[in-house]
Amino acid sequence: MELIVGGGVVGLSIAWRLSRAGRPVTVVDPAPASGASHAAAGMLAPVSEVSYTEEPLLRLGVASLRRWPSFAAELAADAGLPPGVLSPSNGGSGGPSNGGTGAPSNGGSGAPSYGLDFRADGTLDVAFGADDLAALDELAAFMTKLGLPVERLTGRECRRLEPMLAPSVRGGLLAPGDAWVDPRRVTSALLAALERRGVPVVRARVSRLLRASQGPQEGAVVGVELDEAAGGGAVPAELRADGVVLAAGVWSAELAGVPVRPVKGQIMRLRSAEPLLSRCVRGMVHGTPVYLVPRGDGELVVGATQEEMGFDTRVTAGGVYELLRDARELVPGVTELEVAEVVAGLRPGTPDNLPLIGPSGTPGLTLATGHHRGGVLLAPLTAALLQGEEPELAALCSPARHRPDPASAGHRDPRGPAAPPYDETSGSKEMG
Amino acid sequence: MDDLIIAGEKFSSRLIMGTGGAPSLEVLDQALAASGTELTTVAMRRLDPSARGSVLDVLRRRGIKVLPNTAGCFTAGEAVLTARLAREALGTNWVKLEVIADERTLLPDPIETFDAAERLVADGFVVLPYIGDDPALARRLEQAGCAAVMPLGAPIGSGLGIRNPHNIELIVEAAGVPVILDAGIGTASDAALAMELGCDAVLLATAVTRAQRPDLMAAAMRSAVQAGRLARQAGRIPRRRYAEASSPMTP
Repeated sequence: MELIVGGGVVGLSIAWRLSRAGRPVTVVDPAPASGASHAAAGMLAPVSEVSYTEEPLLRLGVASLRRWPSFAAELAADAGLPPGVLSPSNGGSGGPSNGGTGAPSNGGSGAPSYGLDFRADGTLDVAFGADDLAALDELAAFMTKLGLPVERLTGRECRRLEPMLAPSVRGGLLAPGDAWVDPRRVTSALLAALERRGVPVVRARVSRLLRASQGPQEGAVVGVELDEAAGGGAVPAELRADGVVLAAGVWSAELAGVPVRPVKGQIMRLRSAEPLLSRCVRGMVHGTPVYLVPRGDGELVVGATQEEMGFDTRVTAGGVYELLRDARELVPGVTELEVAEVVAGLRPGTPDNLPLIGPSGTPGLTLATGHHRGGVLLAPLTAALLQGEEPELAALCSPARHRPDPASAGHRDPRGPAAPPYDETSGSKEMG
Repeated sequence: MDDLIIAGEKFSSRLIMGTGGAPSLEVLDQALAASGTELTTVAMRRLDPSARGSVLDVLRRRGIKVLPNTAGCFTAGEAVLTARLAREALGTNWVKLEVIADERTLLPDPIETFDAAERLVADGFVVLPYIGDDPALARRLEQAGCAAVMPLGAPIGSGLGIRNPHNIELIVEAAGVPVILDAGIGTASDAALAMELGCDAVLLATAVTRAQRPDLMAAAMRSAVQAGRLARQAGRIPRRRYAEASSPMTP
């Protein structure tokens, strides 16, 4: 049995794909789908997110986006969602999912289902001032150089696509292939699919990894120790496994000393009866990026701050203010919407912003963490890489790149000894 | 190149880096290495200094001195509070004092800055204030006990270079503390010009972190600061209206 530590979108996707491939798996997480996946906006936008020095991340994102339509369709089927209803734009009908107010205008049958709310209607990146416009043109040139399909639009063309945009919009870049999905619908579908397949999801905290203390496998990871107290006596003391996949997001650092740090993001969910936007809209306001993601049920997600605050998940006045201030610059009408929720999540950031996927270097332990801002986007690819697909992309994500390498120590700055970024001796700490 | 001395502390690099705007910590790390910087500013708001794996770890690993800044503060009160929190968390009494007047221009507020500087100096801080290119204010801050003055070349992140070289020269002429050109640098020639004008050091971030190749631009800035310093020390020739033959008459 393979044990997946972490029940976020990455861990659940891996478990589901492995199970589909006929492999026995178990997931362990004290509260599945409640961490970064719960906060995430679900933008599947590798093209509009591209920036200098991040071409490898672009390659991963584009490859994973390509997988998303079939991933979503198969997931919807496995989870028992109504067939063919992936999004309102291709046949879905209206209705809020959680008893909210109002019904979207594009429905009509009165049988609400948005499936996973997966939509591939593109991302519109807009600019207001002359400076922003110049930056957008530079970005367009960079995208063209990379061979990415983007379309440069005038301000009026932008507003024809999205009439709720502020009239002062000067221009935009449309990445027509970019998509988005509702991560909460994805994780609940994954949990449903796992349940239908009979995959156990153990609700417990992993306090540390179990290592073989003797024999030929000495040092190898052979399972996990569970925090019994947190499980109320209902969980075993440990889970033994043939292999452990660590997909615990920011908590991976404490369990295996991998170079992952929490990058706090505050994100707001607004609600309206009528969707304000028909596609993802993003822009720069005072040099800070902001994005708005519309859901089929009238929810509008506004994100997100990026803060280096350790494990702090408090929602702050400044965070809320800045999100609303910036969102209002783009779409003045947001001030009329109901504030449904503000949460803070912890993105698992790595030094180079690329995920850590593959063998950890310790026998029995495989990593699938460090997805930073791209966990939802990269989940299908991550699951595929762990099944041996696309070895060229797997090389980009190999955890080996961060392990201390004595041979390269001399290339470091002579003024400071290079501390090993990968500390195998890290202590035990719960995840959750 | 001669050492830069701020508040009795010696630095062999005259390039001070900021950390803002880097796409990833690894890119920042490479840029810092290429820049040769020994002093780097870090914004303390929205940063937990005790968190593992943060930008502070990158600086510690490279042995780069951290200069906490009060970026994002609008009042002297916030700036003083931020400086005290930074001192407690990082164990340094150095602070780059930055009190901005508005979000659009991010120009420094001279009155709040002066107010905060006085209070921080009285509290034992080594204060390096970010200011407009105002010679009178620079002199007053020096008199108030600041360890350096940091006039801007142009607004933060604008990359517009040095908009008023004459004022920078006036500040340099009158200053008894180091003058550090802060903000506005767009490319290497801007940094060289700052040093030719007599500045003691250059502080920059965006010009490197948002460049297409941050590590290359960092190396360019390092060379530019050195070149500008050497040119300043060498003494430039006077500008002439017409040509002056250099070869036949000289030995």
